[in-house]
Amino acid sequence: MTQFLSLLFNGISLGALYALIALGFVIIFKSSEVVSFTHGSLLLLGAYSIARLSDTIGFLPAVIFGLAITAGAALIIERLIINRLRGAPVISLAIVTIGVDIIILTELVRRLGSDILNVPHPWGGESFRIGDVGISQNRLVATIVAGTLIAAFFLAFKYSSWGVAMRASAEDGETAALMGIRQGRVSAVSWVVAGVLAGVAALFLVGAPTPGVSPSAYAVALRAFPAAILGGLDSTGGALVGGLLIGLAESFAAGYQEQILFLGRGFGEVVPYVVMIAVLLVRPSGLFGTKELTRV
Amino acid sequence: MSDTATSERTATGPAAAGLTTGRSLALLKPLLLAVAFVVLLLVPIYVEEFWLRTGFAVFGAAIGAIGLNLLVGTTGQLSLAHAFFLAVGAVTYTFVAGEPGGVATEVGGLGLPPLLGMVLGVLLAGLAGLLFSPVAARLRGIYLGVASLGLVFIGIHLINTWEYVTGGFNGRIAPDFSLFGFEFSNNASYLAIAGVPFREAERLWYLGLFLAVGAYWFARNLLRSRPGRALQTLRDSEVAASVMGVNVQGYKARVFLVSSMYAGLSGVLLALSIGSIAPESFGLLVSIQYLAMIVLGGLGSVGGAALGALFVSALPLVFQRYADIIPLVSASRGDAGIAPGEAARFLYGLAIILIILYEPGGLAGLARRFRRPGRPGGGRTASPSSAATSSSTSTVPSDPPAQGSTT
Repeated sequence: MTQFLSLLFNGISLGALYALIALGFVIIFKSSEVVSFTHGSLLLLGAYSIARLSDTIGFLPAVIFGLAITAGAALIIERLIINRLRGAPVISLAIVTIGVDIIILTELVRRLGSDILNVPHPWGGESFRIGDVGISQNRLVATIVAGTLIAAFFLAFKYSSWGVAMRASAEDGETAALMGIRQGRVSAVSWVVAGVLAGVAALFLVGAPTPGVSPSAYAVALRAFPAAILGGLDSTGGALVGGLLIGLAESFAAGYQEQILFLGRGFGEVVPYVVMIAVLLVRPSGLFGTKELTRV
Repeated sequence: MSDTATSERTATGPAAAGLTTGRSLALLKPLLLAVAFVVLLLVPIYVEEFWLRTGFAVFGAAIGAIGLNLLVGTTGQLSLAHAFFLAVGAVTYTFVAGEPGGVATEVGGLGLPPLLGMVLGVLLAGLAGLLFSPVAARLRGIYLGVASLGLVFIGIHLINTWEYVTGGFNGRIAPDFSLFGFEFSNNASYLAIAGVPFREAERLWYLGLFLAVGAYWFARNLLRSRPGRALQTLRDSEVAASVMGVNVQGYKARVFLVSSMYAGLSGVLLALSIGSIAPESFGLLVSIQYLAMIVLGGLGSVGGAALGALFVSALPLVFQRYADIIPLVSASRGDAGIAPGEAARFLYGLAIILIILYEPGGLAGLARRFRRPGRPGGGRTASPSSAATSSSTSTVPSDPPAQGSTT
């Protein structure tokens, strides 16, 4: 029972981080029809910047700068490439982000080499205990921050003028443009928001229980893909549910590894993809995604 | 630098580009193709081993790229699972043809003839594709892309876990190929043609060349036959295709079958080219490389896929070899220079972005632009007679640039 509870908490905290990343995917997709494969390297970029900067300028400024760098990179990608390809087929857009991803990732991996950079989180690597159930303080802070951010995001999405503009453009881009909503700006803001969300997720993903910033953080970010997909690519609520589902599945699969050893060691890292394929078999557009209608 | 292997292989493109009229094209094209083929046949006599090995890797990659192009370029089904199907082919070949034993981990093997291993590798990869196709048939566009991404990670996990077959994390040696007693290895009986000893590299060159030409020929014919037309209709509109009587699910399953069979063959050649199999040879990066090949070459174009394969798979090897001549690239990791593999990745990453931004038709689209200056819109607007003759012989298919226009 103790193990179950601690796995549950860990799963929820991991899921909250996945949900942050997945939300980024979803709003980018909603606003610019792009499935952004750059997200993994954006996340690594955020983690790398924070880790490198915090040596010289201290933790908090480093976080602010790191988030700014991630958001800036997202903005540059949107302005320089995505904005020029408005209306291109979804697959071309996805492939172009793969190209960007290759470049950023190669450079970061080259800089990281085989080092593991440490991010000096002020809350340290100790774990927080309630009775016998333990969770690392980093993950606890992560859950709180991610929860707050997600709540703020949903409020902004519902009530702020940006949120309204975005939902309008997602609903019907042309009509929204005729109503005076600037598509370019909506898309740019979405990329910036997604960049910030990825940066925040990066900050926590490289803390305890993960050793530090290494190229493997990229693989972690990729697992937010199944989260976004199984929730439904165009559903923000789906991203939240998907993130939690994937986080829990991964946490339990890793925790009960001994019991499912016939599936092989390290099955936890694969389980998000297995869950995703299983869900897609039943619901091809994800749990909450809009079903594609075909009109003739 | 202008060694024969690269310069002569690419020679067919620009040479053919100057021709405009159908009649001279009809006469010259087969001639040029024949010359190119003879040159490729003669290459092993003049060229050193490095280029032959690079060439073999390119042939293998070209087969895989042609297969992926059928799926992504022609049918518009975005798949990132290619590395998985490559792995199925490579692992099957190694297990079927390999002997039991192993150094670090105990591995099994059937010790059957390598040709059987190759055939089984291709068939099993096809079967894997067929098994995945019910999932694929339900998913559209980008959902399929991400779902197929999952297959790569599941594949890596299987290779790491199933040590008895794959050798696990450290991998295992891939057995040498042999065909009815003729061995493609260095310890085979001595054979020399025109005074040049024919060792492993020379023999593998021919194996790769014939398989690649066969794969190219099959894909070209497939595209120009009834199924090929059906697949292109599927890409443009599933609804229109089904209205016209194309069995959508059936064709999707079949194109997955064919594409993954190509991948399986490519995987077998990859195993032969590296000489061993290991999980890192079948990661996500490999899938992305194949995607890069077909985007660079031009989605939907068979010849383009082969060109893209040449570019993406030969680049790191060439950088590695000439690291001390090329600026900014250094052979040793770390200091000021960029490692060859990284330099290559930068280059094709950039190339993907530029191609999508400025020339969505890829290299094939560029070639088409040079070849037909007076004819906007590609080969389809040509008069029926010249279109028929030129399209049957052109190195680059006259299909309009396929820009993955799916739903």
